[in-house]
Amino acid sequence: MKGASATPLLELRAITKIYGHGDAEVRALRGVDLSIFSGEFVAIMGPSGSGKSTAMNVLGCLDTPTDGQFLFNGVEVGTLNQDQRALLRRHYLGFVFQGYNLLARTTALENVELPLIYKGLSRDERFVLASQALAKVGLAERAHHDPSELSGGQQQRVAIARALASKPQVILADEPTGNLDSKRSREIMELLTELNRDEGLTIVMVTHEDDMAAYADRVIWFVDGAVEYDGSHAGLKQAKRGI
Amino acid sequence: MLGQTIQLAFAAIFRNTMRSFLTVLGIVIGVAAVIAMVTVGQGSSAQVTADVEKLGTNVLMVMPGANDRGPGSDVTAQPFTLGDAETIAEELSFVAAAAPTASRSLTVVYGNTNHRTTVTGTDNSYLTGAEWPVVMGREFSTAEISGGKTVCVIGETIRQTFFGNTSPLGETLRLKNVTCEVIGVLEVKGASSFGTDQDDLILMPIKAFHRRVAGNSDVSMIYVAVKDGTIIDKAMRDIEVLMRDVRRISDGEVDDFSVMSMEQIAGILTGITNVLTGLLSAVAAVSLLVGGIGIMNIMLVSVTERTREIGIRLAVGAQASQVLMQFLVEAVVLSLLGGIIGIVLGLILAAVASNLMSIGFAPDPLVILMAFVFSAVVGVIFGYFPARSAARLDPIQALRHE
Repeated sequence: MKGASATPLLELRAITKIYGHGDAEVRALRGVDLSIFSGEFVAIMGPSGSGKSTAMNVLGCLDTPTDGQFLFNGVEVGTLNQDQRALLRRHYLGFVFQGYNLLARTTALENVELPLIYKGLSRDERFVLASQALAKVGLAERAHHDPSELSGGQQQRVAIARALASKPQVILADEPTGNLDSKRSREIMELLTELNRDEGLTIVMVTHEDDMAAYADRVIWFVDGAVEYDGSHAGLKQAKRGI
Repeated sequence: MLGQTIQLAFAAIFRNTMRSFLTVLGIVIGVAAVIAMVTVGQGSSAQVTADVEKLGTNVLMVMPGANDRGPGSDVTAQPFTLGDAETIAEELSFVAAAAPTASRSLTVVYGNTNHRTTVTGTDNSYLTGAEWPVVMGREFSTAEISGGKTVCVIGETIRQTFFGNTSPLGETLRLKNVTCEVIGVLEVKGASSFGTDQDDLILMPIKAFHRRVAGNSDVSMIYVAVKDGTIIDKAMRDIEVLMRDVRRISDGEVDDFSVMSMEQIAGILTGITNVLTGLLSAVAAVSLLVGGIGIMNIMLVSVTERTREIGIRLAVGAQASQVLMQFLVEAVVLSLLGGIIGIVLGLILAAVASNLMSIGFAPDPLVILMAFVFSAVVGVIFGYFPARSAARLDPIQALRHE
């Protein structure tokens, strides 16, 4: 683990998340403890309903835990209100989704500029940063194309550029290769690995594909709302054999 | 930030031009209707005033019946007599002329042609008072007036209807059972503000009218022309006092006649025009309301349709208030665009209509400003509800929305 001695960038302490009430109650997370350090590339895995998406939503400040503490850079953020969480997302987090989630009828460049608008940057500043981000994912020439004119792999790269543009500390990727064939998937994973290695960007990725998880430094395996395994990808196979 | 929100709104609106256009159509039609109605209405009000001024502001009308019931409504009121008109002309020094009149609508026959028109018995002072010269032939002679001879002075429309290019002078018209020799033709006056043809009339000496047409000696209205420089209000009071005396109305009793100035008549006509304008504008305003509901409807659909977009915006750091502002500004920009198009369209309609009705085109900046402000208000009111539902979305749910 890199930087183990420092304060974790993301830290979950005894996090529980309960949906619904009474008989309809679902315990999505049951006391999760987790530390992710700056510069790590972490894959979160587990069967459906294991709580990995819920954990991702809590880490991405899209959802609040029912109980427990969530510390961002040592600061308690689990109790922030909606607007404060929006600010945290705006300045420190970047998202990549399975379905790309680009705005239709909007050029790649404008899509990448979107988070910068909310940061209050001027038109010129937005153009420079967005162009740089598109160049970084190798799509500088496609800046003025609409999503409908781009392939799935290109769309996902635009989405990554959008996450990069606001210079976040963490990129949260939810099944980023879920809609792509294996060749495009490998390209996306290589891009993420590169960003992690060269830029020191912290990446947290949810995936159910073992091949994709292999790119990560560390794999966290969720079962029934709790962390079942936390270690290297190689160790996961042995551990699973043991289970 | 507001500047950026407005930019975003324009981007969203022009991303789907067709739908945006259909959305604002209601507002466009509503605003255009209101602007056109009000502009045409004001144009015709101005026209009425101008027309009445053309008749001469120095003319007063004295008629039987109380003022508050409107002209001629009190049928039981005792009519005037020829003597009353003479008294007014003799007793009051400011009076230039006092013309007694009595009118009937009659069918006039000449050769094979029939034409229904107004026949008025009066004397030459009517022409003096109305500043209405005879352009062909002559006025009534003193002998014709005092002797009640059946001679006629006709309006231009009558001349055209019966005589075309031939001279009417010396020809004989038949009205009811009376034959009447044409001795003069009046100058063209044109249509009045309400489109009635002022040249469609026949004048004859009032004594002849009384004896041969009416069968009584009632005077239904006295036109009084006052000399230049007379104070109209004082002249009206003096005539009133005189007539109360002549008609033996004791103190404390109300008048059974009324004296009206052209200004008052203009006021009444303008009032009628304004009521009509108001009614039509109210109907048009309802369509504005419907237009507003149309905007709300489409904005609500748009929120559902753009749920995922809202989710993306929230995920990349938009605050709920920013999403609210975005949708609100979008609604306001939409309805303002609709308002502007509507104003332009309404003015064009009003200009065309004014031209067709041959009245003045008088756009009112205040009404245009009000239409503009109103469409902004429609945007805020009908945009708020959809905007609030957009802002309340949960980002996780919104992102999952298909």
